[in-house]
Amino acid sequence: MTETAATAISLRGVERRFGDVAAVDGVDLDITEGEFFSMLGPSGSGKTTVLRLIAGFDEPTAGTIELSGKPVQRLASYDRDVNTVFQDYALFPHLNVIENVEFGLRIRKVSKSRRRQLAREALDRMRLGAFERRRPSELSGGQRQRVALARAIVVDPKVLLLDEPLGALDKKLREQMQVELKDLQRNLGITFVFVTHDQEEALTLSDRIAVFSDGKIQQVDTPENLYRAPATEFVASFVGTSNLFDEEHSQRLLGLNGMYTIRPENLRVSSAGDEHAGRLTGTVRNRMFIGANHRTIIDVDDIEVSVLEPADSPSRSLGEQVSLDFNESDVRRLRADEQSAAHVALD
Amino acid sequence: MSQSSNTDSRIQPPPRTAGRRLSSFFGSHKRLSLTVLLAAPLAWLILIYIIALLLLLVTAFWSTDSFTGQVVQDWTLSNFQAVFTEALYRAVTVRTLLIAVSVTVIDVLIALPVGYFMSKVAGPRLRGALVVAFLMPLWAAYLVKAYAWRTIVSPHGLLDSIGASPGLGIAATIITMSYIWLPYVVMPVYTGFERIPNSLIEAAGDLGAKGWKTFTAVIIPLVWPSVIAGSIFSFSLTLGDYIAVQIVGGSQQLLGTLIYSNVGTGGNMPLAAATAFIPIAVILIYLTAVRRTGALKNL
Repeated sequence: MTETAATAISLRGVERRFGDVAAVDGVDLDITEGEFFSMLGPSGSGKTTVLRLIAGFDEPTAGTIELSGKPVQRLASYDRDVNTVFQDYALFPHLNVIENVEFGLRIRKVSKSRRRQLAREALDRMRLGAFERRRPSELSGGQRQRVALARAIVVDPKVLLLDEPLGALDKKLREQMQVELKDLQRNLGITFVFVTHDQEEALTLSDRIAVFSDGKIQQVDTPENLYRAPATEFVASFVGTSNLFDEEHSQRLLGLNGMYTIRPENLRVSSAGDEHAGRLTGTVRNRMFIGANHRTIIDVDDIEVSVLEPADSPSRSLGEQVSLDFNESDVRRLRADEQSAAHVALD
Repeated sequence: MSQSSNTDSRIQPPPRTAGRRLSSFFGSHKRLSLTVLLAAPLAWLILIYIIALLLLLVTAFWSTDSFTGQVVQDWTLSNFQAVFTEALYRAVTVRTLLIAVSVTVIDVLIALPVGYFMSKVAGPRLRGALVVAFLMPLWAAYLVKAYAWRTIVSPHGLLDSIGASPGLGIAATIITMSYIWLPYVVMPVYTGFERIPNSLIEAAGDLGAKGWKTFTAVIIPLVWPSVIAGSIFSFSLTLGDYIAVQIVGGSQQLLGTLIYSNVGTGGNMPLAAATAFIPIAVILIYLTAVRRTGALKNL
């Protein structure tokens, strides 16, 4: 991703309404060529709808969508140079594995021998060479997933759209597929647009992430920036764990105006009587061992604050008085969430 | 004291009544309970269906006394000989097959777009209304529908007023039967379309297939077993029909009417039984042929 890289996908003022409900409400987005871009958000946040609008399965009610600088919002999916890996894989059940992979090549009138060769290459890349005669129903979830990938990349699209492709896989397989996807994207050098509700997955895979909530984009940034400097309350709470201080508590506890957040790992706990006493005091309410760390829940004033302490930190008894300290630079100011027009009207 | 009240207040397991004992007996003897459960319907099937068919087969080997018209229980192949050699039977068989195939083709050609529209295009409300609309004729009496078509197709009928009456005959029979058996084809085809996930249609488009290509390369192969399932209904029901053709068919004979007249006015049960084996054989051949498509799993 360099400054000169061209824009692969550009959305301007894109809106998709279903009756009174705006599933997508004024989205502006630029996705750079060759980047691994994720759209992250809870279900119903509009991320999948945006993906479907880019793929051409749905039309926006307003706004423009450009692929490589050409407006496509009124083009059918078969006239767009993007391919999709579906959440349910959408493999054709009446065709075997290699026929599935050849489908797009057959439509493009590629000669039979060339088609076989390209399909075999794609299947080999996915380590599915031995399965070309199988029916999709005879494959495991992970294998179907890889057939779906092979079928999409064999036609050499400029952009690959992936709709929660790992959602149906178990944890171990999912982690393995994450590595494969990342490798694949690096080797092919094409743009990946990846939809997920799993923030960890998005952080692991992406060059950049757009966080969706309520049909709007809350923030677009690199995983590091998104985690370190969340822009809104929604991003802070959805990406990783955060301690949120609303305006009242920021004023009273931090002496700051506005809304602020501190990550649990940026808080330091010490015993109340310590000479390095911190800026906040509280009572230990709970302490959980979570492997590399302890998560300690501390009641500060009338809110609970979560702290991540190293596993070798001194033990703390419940009800103990402690003080908390932090660096000024780890306290992040938040904007109010981007809310859809309908939502604001309701408030 | 407190201890005993404690035990009393505990919730007791349900009392072991005779009914519960019977249930747990069958619960632990799965095979026996299955046998008891299936005995009645199986007995019914054997009695009504298999035995009746066997009796029919046996009857076909008997003959009638030409003077008294009584059935004579001598074994003879003469009925089958008549059925297989006489030109009348051959002509009627060909005519019946022609009508059954035509009705099936017409119904399938109607059911495909209708089923597609109902499952993939129409909204839930319109879909519900269409399902009811296509099922409604099933709730009307057969004879009413047949006579209604007679008034439509007959000379001086409704179609005649716009100069398009086919008159009573084969064409009228095909039209009427296509109408009467249409729901039996539309419903399985509609469910067949319902079973195709929209993502498959989107995936075809995504890979570059336009509407027609998606239809021929993805939709038709997937809905085909359901089409065959529907065709079994229209084909076999038309093959056995003897009423509609008497109402709208003019003087045309079908296998059904032939059997009917042999049983009734002809009084020749053995010949009727032998004739009945033509449609039975045709249906068996048809079922064997379509078994490979997986259609029988779609009924």
